[in-house]
Amino acid sequence: MTYYDIVIVGGGPAGLAAAISARKSGIESILILERDTELGGILNQCIHNGFGLHTFKEELTGPEYAYRYIEQVLDEKIEYKLETMVMDITEDRIVTAMNKQEGMVMYQAGAVILAMGCRERPRGALNIPGFRPAGIYSAGTAQRLVNMEGYMPGREVVILGSGDIGLIMARRMTLEGAKVKVVAELMPYSGGLKRNIVQCLDDFGIPLKLSHTVVNIEGKERVEAVTIAKVENGKPVPGTEIRYTCDTLLLSVGLIPENELSKSAGVELSPITSGPVVNESLETNVPGIFACGNVLHVHDLVDYVSEEAERAGASAASFVRGDIKESSGKVIDLVATEGARYTVPTTVDVDRMPDLLTVRFRVADVFKESYVSVYYDDERIMHNKKRIMAPGEMEQIILQKKKLAEYPDLKTITIRIEKD
Amino acid sequence: MEKVDITCIGCPMGCQVTVELEGKEVLSVSGNSCPIGDTYARKEVSNPERTVTSTVFVEDGEKVRVSVKTASNIPKAKINECMEAINKAVVKAPVAIGDVVIENVAGTGVNVIATRNVGAA
Ligand SMILES: Cc1cc2nc3c(=O)[nH]c(=O)nc-3n(C[C@H](O)[C@H](O)[C@H](O)COP(=O)(O)OP(=O)(O)OC[C@H]3O[C@@H](n4cnc5c(N)ncnc54)[C@H](O)[C@@H]3O)c2cc1C
Ligand code: SF4
Repeated sequence: MTYYDIVIVGGGPAGLAAAISARKSGIESILILERDTELGGILNQCIHNGFGLHTFKEELTGPEYAYRYIEQVLDEKIEYKLETMVMDITEDRIVTAMNKQEGMVMYQAGAVILAMGCRERPRGALNIPGFRPAGIYSAGTAQRLVNMEGYMPGREVVILGSGDIGLIMARRMTLEGAKVKVVAELMPYSGGLKRNIVQCLDDFGIPLKLSHTVVNIEGKERVEAVTIAKVENGKPVPGTEIRYTCDTLLLSVGLIPENELSKSAGVELSPITSGPVVNESLETNVPGIFACGNVLHVHDLVDYVSEEAERAGASAASFVRGDIKESSGKVIDLVATEGARYTVPTTVDVDRMPDLLTVRFRVADVFKESYVSVYYDDERIMHNKKRIMAPGEMEQIILQKKKLAEYPDLKTITIRIEKD
Repeated sequence: MEKVDITCIGCPMGCQVTVELEGKEVLSVSGNSCPIGDTYARKEVSNPERTVTSTVFVEDGEKVRVSVKTASNIPKAKINECMEAINKAVVKAPVAIGDVVIENVAGTGVNVIATRNVGAA
């Protein structure tokens, strides 16, 4: 069995940034395993611009953003294997992978970094009645077909779900000559960025129907028409149905972290994010197994994925070198409640945290003119007004090591969203 | 007098900004919660611009398409003409990030450039 200091599962932006950061921390023996035919992950199919504003102060397209990292991986001569699918990871960090040339291969890893990204929620989870004709695609599959293979999935399109991928595909298919008739969104607000609503829908006169869902799909062989209706209290309202003739239905109904492998390694998952539960070093409950990127929690901006992955890479490097800081064993729990849905990480070891630790979280609803409040046990120590917070965008607070040291008996830090 | 409603994209508030126009002259901007909305709305009514991204067919490449973008924003009204040029274009592999695929697309003075590398087959 070959030994590597760090084995990284997934060669998307998270895996690439983690590898580069581990190398910069002095680790020579690194291996990236990627099942696709190229590095870059899902960014290869995201050909629109808007990536990297935070990191590079310019607007890049997905492939350009990915290439900035691929270039560094090549320059640093970090080893990677393509078309290599990781099949299993054990608790003692044996990674089993498969590819055409070598068949089944096993690696013993000093540390493992999980960077498998996320996948789209399938239609099955949606409960749409009717036959299952051809012409129903997830928005991500359609994105891959159009942008990578140059194949148009249809000519007349209805889109269910107004997440960013759905919005981006509404524009993309319109530019390629399709007629996008409507975007229906179950929630009373869109999960997508305002910029995408304006530039992908309004620019082309595509209507967005909030609080609407698909109630019927017609067509035996191929989709022929889709009916949507208004939803109140979780139920379609009779008499509000609108029927659209179309040959294609795109579903953009959310992403879930890809964690089959994590489970087999005994990694504990959060029921809210569907990603691993991690500490301040982005280490899971299994020592030496770290996680970053969309496999940890679904991110809105790839810039944050890269930033988080750099931390995971540096933490894994410390683990391998055995120079993790001494700890007195004092661990503070991070809790999200009353409008805040989850935090990443969920625990903080004050001795091991950096001077400034970014904690990311998401809110459960749209909040206007509200406060992000942070409590150290029962004492409110932060109360920041935000003009708006929405479930589609990640929020963050920054914890200061110096400040935490002033609270030696602190057990729990709670994040709440408060009206006043 | 003409009234134009614009959704500001400056932040998730998405203020509905109303611009009152007399010909080309802006008489008033209202509905914005901050100065970003004012600037954005004035630009949108006078000279709206967008970046266009798409793909172009590749000849003799290891991939069939290469992703492309306009090197900077172009007038919104030129998007369709730009897409027509992109759909007609063919490039020969190899192509590298930043290579000019179409010069001066739709007379905008802006080039369409490649956003990824495609090696020869
Ligand atoms: C369909 C889709 C479209 C998206 N569009 C946008 C967008 O338009 N704008 C935006 O900001 N964000 C978008 N995102 C979010 C975007 O994915 C993230 O910002 C970013 O790409 C996450 O990086 P990552 O490295 O965590 O995951 P990914 O980019 O998904 O990379 C994960 C990599 O791991 C590999 N992998 C997974 N399992 C295995 C295995 N068992 N063995 C080997 N390799 C494996 C995958 O092949 C993939 O290359 C999109 C996501 C999806 C799913
Ligand atoms: S006007 Fe200001 S507050 Fe309103 S959407 Fe634009 S940037 Fe946000």
